[in-house]
Amino acid sequence: MAIKVLAPGLATSVQDLGRPGYYHLGIPISGGMDRYALRIANMLVGNDEGAAVLETVFLGPELEFTEDRVVAVTGANLPPKVDGDLRETWSSFVVKAGQTLSFDYLKSGARAYIAIAGGVDVPVALGSRSTYTLGALGGFEGRNLQAGDELNIGSPQRNVAENQTVPQELQRMPGSSAELRVIPGLYWHRVTEESGKGFFDDVWKVALEADRIGYRFRGGRALNFVERKQPFGAGSDPSNIVDSCYPYGSIQIPGGTEPIILHRDAVSGGGYFMVGTVISADMDLIGQLQPHTPTQFVSVDMDAALAARQERATLLSKVRGILN
Amino acid sequence: MSLRYSFGGDDHIFAEVDEEMSLEAFFKSLSITNAVRESQIQGVTEICPANASYQIKFDPDRIRPDDLLTELKNLESAADSAESVLQTRVVEVPVLYNDPWTHETLMRFRERHQDPNATDLEYAARINNFDSIEAFIDAHSSAPWFVTMVGFVAGLPFMYQMVDRKRQIEVPKYLRPRTDTPKLTVGYGGCFACIYSVRGAGGYQMFGITPMPIYDPQQSISYLSDFMVFFSPGDIVKFQPIDRETYDEYVTQVENNRFEPKIREIEFSLNDFQDDIDKYNANIGEALYGN
Repeated sequence: MAIKVLAPGLATSVQDLGRPGYYHLGIPISGGMDRYALRIANMLVGNDEGAAVLETVFLGPELEFTEDRVVAVTGANLPPKVDGDLRETWSSFVVKAGQTLSFDYLKSGARAYIAIAGGVDVPVALGSRSTYTLGALGGFEGRNLQAGDELNIGSPQRNVAENQTVPQELQRMPGSSAELRVIPGLYWHRVTEESGKGFFDDVWKVALEADRIGYRFRGGRALNFVERKQPFGAGSDPSNIVDSCYPYGSIQIPGGTEPIILHRDAVSGGGYFMVGTVISADMDLIGQLQPHTPTQFVSVDMDAALAARQERATLLSKVRGILN
Repeated sequence: MSLRYSFGGDDHIFAEVDEEMSLEAFFKSLSITNAVRESQIQGVTEICPANASYQIKFDPDRIRPDDLLTELKNLESAADSAESVLQTRVVEVPVLYNDPWTHETLMRFRERHQDPNATDLEYAARINNFDSIEAFIDAHSSAPWFVTMVGFVAGLPFMYQMVDRKRQIEVPKYLRPRTDTPKLTVGYGGCFACIYSVRGAGGYQMFGITPMPIYDPQQSISYLSDFMVFFSPGDIVKFQPIDRETYDEYVTQVENNRFEPKIREIEFSLNDFQDDIDKYNANIGEALYGN
C-alpha cells in the first residue's frame, strides 16, 4: 500500500536504526536521533524494532492512507489527529483507508516517530533505509519528504492489539531544562582548569542551529586554552587540531565559544578540538531538545556511563514486556 | 611516537598518534587500523583511520571498554615492528586549475577571505613564496599526495603531499566558511588538499575543479558501480593539470559513462620513500604513466 504525502511538515525523513560501518568514508550512521522512541513506535504497531519509520521535527506532516493500518506516534508530544480527531502519543491507533493522519501543534520535545504497521518500504542503501540528506543517500530519494510523494508501506508482519499504551514512566524524555552526561576527554587537556570547570558549571541554551548533524549551544562562558605552539598542520587558532575523526556525541567548541554536539548525520571529522563526548544513554535526549532549552553538562566517568546505558536497556525491556 | 588514548563517551576510543601531521604518523594510524580490521575484535563497529590519529566505535554491550583499550595497545606494538609497506594504488586526478566555476564562487565570497583583492590561487602562491600561480600549480601537481583521511562528508578525501616538510604548502581556511562550494572543487586548508565530493558549505581555499566524480549514491557511474565512494585512506593521488578543452572532453565522457580513471596498483615502502623522496615520486609517476 502507499501513503500520499499531502504536506511534508518542516523536515520529515525516513529513518531506521542506521547505517553503521561506513564512517571511515565520511558516511555517518544516520537513523533516528531518538532511538528509544523509534524502537517503541515500532513495537506498538507490531514491527521489528528496527523497521523504517518517519522522523518529523516541530511540525508534523499530513499523510493520506490508502489502506487501513495500525499507527503509533512516540517521542515528542506532537499530538496525532485522524481526520481531525485527536489521538494519544505513545499509543497505537488505526488509520483507515481514505483517512488523513495530521498533527496538532507541538507541546513538548522536538522529534516524533511515526511508525506504520509494515514499515516504510524504501530501497535499502548500504544496509539501511535511513536518510542521509547531505549525501543524498537512502530514505525517499535521498531527501526529506515533499508534498506529492507516495511512500510504499510494507505488509504488516504480525497482528497487534490496538490501543496499546506505553505508561508515562516509561516514556523517556528530557525535562524542560535538560541534563546531558558527558565523559570529559579527547582534547580536554587543551582548556585551562578554570575553563573546564566553567564548562560544567554554566547553563547553556540550545541554539537555533540544531539539526540531525549537530546541536549548537550558547550562553556559557568562552573557554580559555592552555598556551602552546600550534602543531604543524593544525591551523593557527588555538581551537584547531590536525583534522581527526569526530565521535558521535563529541562536543567541539570552535574558537572556544559555542559547543556543538555531533549527532547521527555527523560530519565524520574535522579540525576542531573536542572537550568530551555525551554518553550513549543520553544521545536520544538531544534530539528532543527545542531551541532555547537550558542545558547543563554533567561530568561522569565510564562506570556511570555504563550504568546509565544499562538503565536505558532495562527501561526498554520493560516496555517490551508490556507490549509483547 | 607513543599514542595518546581517550574514550569518546562509552562507545568510542580515540587514539592520537601525534599532535603534528606527518606521513609517519599517518602511516602508523593506517597500520594499526588495518591490524584492528584483520583482528576482527568482537564488538568493533567502525574503524576510522585519520591523518595523525584514529578512532574505533564499539558496542559496550559486547566488549568492555577497558578490554578493547588493552587489545588496541597490543596492536600498537605489533604495528611498531611491522614493515612500513603498503599495497595500494596510484590514481590520476585531472584538474582544471583556475577554472571559471570556483572563480565565480570565490568572487562571491570575497569578504570572507584573508585577501579580498586576490584570488585564492594568487593568495596561496604569495604566502607560500612562489613567484607566480604557474609555479604554485607546478608544485601542487608535480609531487603526488597520500589520501590520509576520507570524511567530513561522504567520500571527501583529505590529502597530504608526499614531500618533505619544508616543501609543504600551507594555507589558512577562509576567515568565515562559504555557504557554497562547487561539486568536485579541489581545495586546500592547513596542510591538506581535498576534493569536495558534493556541493555545499566549505572553508578551504579553492584552486580548481576536477571532471572526475568521486561519490555517486546512485552508483550509475561505471567505476563507482561496485561502491559509491571512490577513495580510501592509503590511496596515492597524482594531480594532472588539464586545459579547458580536455576538461570539457572528460565531462562529456563522464556524461556518456565512458570515463575511466587512470589507476595503477603499486607497493609503497615508507623507508624507501624517505631515503630519496624525489626519486621515489618519479618512480610512482613511472608506474602511472609508463608501460
